[in-house]
Amino acid sequence: MQSRHLELSQVGIDFPTPKGPFTALTDVNLKIAKGEFISLIGHSGCGKSTVLNIVAGLHTATTGGVILDGAEVREPGPERAVVFQNHSLLPWLSVYKNVELAVKQTQKNKSKKEIRDWVLHNLELVHMTHALDKLPSEISGGMKQRVGIARALAMEPKVLLMDEPFGALDALTRAHLQDSLMEIHADLGNTVIMITHDVDEAVLLSDRIVMMTNGPAATVGEVLDVKLERPRDRLALADNPEYNHYRHEVLTFLYEKQKKVETVSSRKSDKKSSDSKKSNAA
Amino acid sequence: MSKSASVVSQIGQIRSKNVLGSVMSNVPKLLMPVVGLLLFLALWNGVAKTIDTSLGQFPGPAQVWEQSMTLIDEHSAQREKADAFYARQEERNAARIAKDPSYEPKIRPFTGAPTFFDQIWTSLYTVMVGFVIASIVAVPVGILCGLSRSAYSAMNPLIQIFKPVSPLAWLPLVTMVVSAVYVSEDPMFSKSFITSAFTVSLCCLWPTLINTAVGVSNIDSDLVNVSKVLRLKPLSHVQKIVLPASIPMIFTGLRLSLGIGWMVLIAAEMLAQNPGLGKFVWDEFQNGSSESLARIMVAVITIGIIGFLLDRLMLSVQRLVSWDKNAVLR
Repeated sequence: MQSRHLELSQVGIDFPTPKGPFTALTDVNLKIAKGEFISLIGHSGCGKSTVLNIVAGLHTATTGGVILDGAEVREPGPERAVVFQNHSLLPWLSVYKNVELAVKQTQKNKSKKEIRDWVLHNLELVHMTHALDKLPSEISGGMKQRVGIARALAMEPKVLLMDEPFGALDALTRAHLQDSLMEIHADLGNTVIMITHDVDEAVLLSDRIVMMTNGPAATVGEVLDVKLERPRDRLALADNPEYNHYRHEVLTFLYEKQKKVETVSSRKSDKKSSDSKKSNAA
Repeated sequence: MSKSASVVSQIGQIRSKNVLGSVMSNVPKLLMPVVGLLLFLALWNGVAKTIDTSLGQFPGPAQVWEQSMTLIDEHSAQREKADAFYARQEERNAARIAKDPSYEPKIRPFTGAPTFFDQIWTSLYTVMVGFVIASIVAVPVGILCGLSRSAYSAMNPLIQIFKPVSPLAWLPLVTMVVSAVYVSEDPMFSKSFITSAFTVSLCCLWPTLINTAVGVSNIDSDLVNVSKVLRLKPLSHVQKIVLPASIPMIFTGLRLSLGIGWMVLIAAEMLAQNPGLGKFVWDEFQNGSSESLARIMVAVITIGIIGFLLDRLMLSVQRLVSWDKNAVLR
């Protein structure tokens, strides 16, 4: 029964382009148990985010589908909370109000006191109770991401979806947040799907690492079971041969089996398109 | 010897230049605007003397200053007259009540001509009414256009066609429509007021509408996704995400609109004969006395200063309601 918690079957997606449909993903199959921590890793552009967005309900799969606890995913909802890469806190609301909005919206039967307690409890989990009245622009990037995680946790999600949550942070802050995340996961036992570029992060945090092939028509390449004991300690693991073996497996997949040949011109156009996206957003 | 002396003198020259430069850079920032203003006044004074019109010489700064003082005097004289008028009425009423206690006192309003300051007040009131009506229409329609691509496609041709229309073209139509539709025994507002305000509305609708639509359609897609994950209902999506996120753009539009509204108002008042600054300018022009041009110039400067103050007012409101305190607003 447990293995039936979250299931992606035959998931594929086509995006319409002027030159006809572009197949970004095809035939993605994944069964995820309750409380499992899954990492999606792959080269950029391989459709990791698309998988996550399909589970979140922000994209609709062209073929196949996602089933969570026996019900098909058709639209976004708080039981599949998303932590976005760039925190996406509402810039006009304080730290407290950002989390409060999520609580008020998802748990309408709570009394005022219960709401307040629950907001504070979740901010406590990410160690952010000292900045309740600060606006997002007044706190650091790492703190914003903590608040983003608190907001997602406050929705009491069945599945926590994290889209490169620590990608924009410096190495030290990232390590802190990884430790916090491990703590929280040990406490709450949420199912987590996390996208990452970082091999160490994937091995340190995950129960399973899902490695994706390069697009177009990307799919699941290999799945690696990480059987390291929890709680995991990054210092102890640094010399652990098992840990290094897992790292080696992932690195081999990424840099030998799915070696990505990037020409200078394609990189340039990549950058251009991401730049234009930014300017559109601004 | 002479060579070295010339080198010394050169160094001296360079130093003195540097001193001049440092003095210039240390000049307080307030000084340059004052210098600009003084240069303008001098230029105006010089040029004015060379222009002869059928109403006499074109007014220079001195004549304009004189006329602005006259206008203030006229205003206080008129106020005194009004006060005296009301005092006389009260006296008379008191006397009649003393004679006959059952007498119900009547107060007749003072009917003297409006002064320059009354006209400023009328103009401000009219432009505000027109601007508020336009904003009440433009912001919701703009939000709708920003949220829905099809609403935008439907509205866009209308916006593009009506945006460049001059207020003077609208005015005859508005006048006739107001005359036909606004019929009442005891009108609360005069027709000229409604015509002017409505013309202002028609012309200052567009900047707010367009800026709101652009602001709403450019909301960070991540914020929209947050709203989707939280399953916000359409109304609370607008209230909690869309409105706050697009407040800066909405206010940019509102400021442009108010500026246009104020420009349009003067023309509208001239033609609609609404007793504001536009009518003042028109009446002085028709009057054609030797002071008329100077009095019109007073109105021109007043219109400019009020327009500037209105913009500053909007800017401070924008600063107050905008969440992005770091944004540079100018």
